Amino acid sequence: MTKEIAILGVGMHPWGKWGRNFVEYGVAAARAALADAGVDWRDVQFVSGAATMRCGYPGYVAGATFAQALGWQGAQVNTSYAACASGSQALAAARSKILAGECAVALAVGADTTPKGFLAPQKGERPDDPDWVRFRLGISNPAYFALYARRRMALYGDTPEDFAQVKVKNAEHGVANPNARYRKKFTAADVAASAMVADPLRLMEICATSDGGAAIVVSSLEYARRAGKADAPRIAAISTVTPTFASEVVEMPDLATDSAVAAEPQRFRGALPRKAYEEAGIGPEDVDLAEVYDLSTALELDWMEDLQLCARGDAARLLREGATRVGGRIPVNPSGGLACFGEAVPAQALAQVCELSWQLRGQAGARQVEGARVGITANQGLFGHGSSVIVKR
Amino acid sequence: MGPESAAPVPAALPVLDGWFTLDARAPHLLGSRCKSCGTFYFPKLTTFCRNPACAGESFEEVPLSRSGRLWSYTNACYQPPEPYVAAQPYRPFAIAAVELKKERMIVLGPVVRGVGVEALHVGMDMELALEPLDDGRLSWKWKPAR
Repeated sequence: MTKEIAILGVGMHPWGKWGRNFVEYGVAAARAALADAGVDWRDVQFVSGAATMRCGYPGYVAGATFAQALGWQGAQVNTSYAACASGSQALAAARSKILAGECAVALAVGADTTPKGFLAPQKGERPDDPDWVRFRLGISNPAYFALYARRRMALYGDTPEDFAQVKVKNAEHGVANPNARYRKKFTAADVAASAMVADPLRLMEICATSDGGAAIVVSSLEYARRAGKADAPRIAAISTVTPTFASEVVEMPDLATDSAVAAEPQRFRGALPRKAYEEAGIGPEDVDLAEVYDLSTALELDWMEDLQLCARGDAARLLREGATRVGGRIPVNPSGGLACFGEAVPAQALAQVCELSWQLRGQAGARQVEGARVGITANQGLFGHGSSVIVKR
Repeated sequence: MGPESAAPVPAALPVLDGWFTLDARAPHLLGSRCKSCGTFYFPKLTTFCRNPACAGESFEEVPLSRSGRLWSYTNACYQPPEPYVAAQPYRPFAIAAVELKKERMIVLGPVVRGVGVEALHVGMDMELALEPLDDGRLSWKWKPAR
């Protein structure tokens, strides 16, 4: 039995700092995805929401919140929370229901409204919470991204100019994306002129937080055939594995890695796509494009290697050669990535899949990757969450 | 306080109780070690070993190596959000990730005042020090080894 499901339709509410209720973005995205799919909302049998933690109780039960806002119609419902991988887990829940025969067509949806400035921990004196402790010592999120970036410079000879080129490339990609928040081209000089946040990373190299919403209508292959969409893009893998002890890299919000005296260190970011390739029965050589989680410019280079698109340490070389821009051998973040979107946590992993769908359908306009047949996403969040999704046609 | 001082215990209160020794001349982070598989933990773990191959539930408190090699480093150019307490005007500080050989683990910490990123390079020897945070509470910090 095939483990694939069809993507019938995708939709997004543009990313920005709109300051409205997250439900509005989610419903707008859901209606766009339903229209794209040609599916009547009343025919959806399962609503799979990705939770947001910053919008009160309606955010914790996002699946039901969106279902009510779209109009209660008796569908099965579920809400997933997995930090930045929440959207992928909502999608995985929909896939499981479909493959188990418990529904034929489902809607996965995530949306967020974000506060301004640094993400900060909950208040109070909480020394048992590593997230509180690291902020108490002054170690905020960009510090972790910068530690990884500096490590690349020491190990592989990457330079701040390389990192800036990731921003320049992604800005060029995103300029034509109507859903992107930042649609402006930047030069390396612009990046170098922005304020240093966490050496070697500057303000323009670190992902902002955004409002936004994304939704995907998925179905069984049989349902897709009957709907006349036998050639719709298919989800071939959704990897949401945990890390394996012992951690090789200090992961946010930890203060230390696991000690590796009793078990060899393992790289979490590498494990996510490895499981996805295995599930899809394909390899990195089959991939035409990738949407990766560029929380910082340098992190995009780490992801390229973790996705095995090149050997460890070779990512900057590919970037310099232009291989990762649209028109190159293996375009990375044709959507513009987080550099152009900022992060809307529960929607972001779904947005990556939306982009792959448009690309594989040849509907990505000026940022189209010609002849794209296979795309992969990569994403990572706090507390051992992450995902990698493969879409093919 | 000179190196010959007979009173090594600093007056400042630690930012976290029991996370490090208060010996100002040779401080150690306080971790724990699984009595079954030998895995070290920082911060201390005293309940269930996280090694999936180990059922250990018994731990001993151990001082961690107080020196190691610099794995990576950065700095906080912008004032971190609460619960960090910043002096005004805000003064940036460096942050280090140091690899402890015996424990095979990497531990983060602020770098002592007066040592910026320009004085650091990956692979250099670092050692643990105690120094107050901006609010006067004593913290562990990393500094280049003498």
